[in-house]
Amino acid sequence: MSPQDLEVQQKKELESREETTKTGRYFVPFTDIHETADALTVTMEMPGVDKQNIDINLEKNILAVTGNVDFSAYDNLEPLYAEYNVGNYARRFTISSKIDQNAIAAAMEDGVLTITLPKTKEAAARHIKVR
Amino acid sequence: MVFRIADPFDALLDWQRALDSVRHSDWFGAGTASSGAFPPINVFRKEDDMVLIAEIPGADKNKIDIQVKDNQVRLSGKKEITRGDGVSVHRRERSSGEFDRVLTLPAEIDAGKVKAEYRNGILAVFLPRAESDKPRSITIG
Repeated sequence: MSPQDLEVQQKKELESREETTKTGRYFVPFTDIHETADALTVTMEMPGVDKQNIDINLEKNILAVTGNVDFSAYDNLEPLYAEYNVGNYARRFTISSKIDQNAIAAAMEDGVLTITLPKTKEAAARHIKVR
Repeated sequence: MVFRIADPFDALLDWQRALDSVRHSDWFGAGTASSGAFPPINVFRKEDDMVLIAEIPGADKNKIDIQVKDNQVRLSGKKEITRGDGVSVHRRERSSGEFDRVLTLPAEIDAGKVKAEYRNGILAVFLPRAESDKPRSITIG
């Protein structure tokens, strides 16, 4: 099977119920969520975000991820032609309480953030043999 | 590179204006460049030169190929997503596949001096304008 041709995905602006005190746009990062027998993996595309500028916060089963773009990289540059807009990223997910909240790990590579949420032992799938 | 602190809001407004004007302009003229093709590209001017910036998150930089000839830039490569075996997918928004696009610029590029870097999923290509293309001041004798 030959790989499909890529198409541009239009960025979706974040619709938030709260307002921020900071100026600037927020976009919803494209996200994949996968589940295996022992963990849930959340993968988010946040191009232009450095790993120091990512904030992952888990409170009351809400996983909130914010990524800020360093706009100073665009200083001294005058836009001539534009196909996409640049802004920060933010997204929230409600996660189940079956996640071991102390063992959550995150890694950032090439603008892609991967968050691994391990399941608690009780929640991990178990095979039960019928005797 | 040395960067100063920019006013992000200012930069965004500039972008928005550029985005809005693009639909009404044929700045690039006829060419194979097509809006809607991957990756999305922004072009900036930096003094005499141009800087092309494209968002390609999660690409392998060894699989991005950049070719420059006269006033054309070709970007091609692959954006791959590896998914493990035996996973169940709850949400699938990221896309993967191959891309190949040519962008026609309004000035000749000095292909020997083109530099590119890929960082945090952003590809930046520095395109110095060819000496032969630069305007010359003429003194009236």
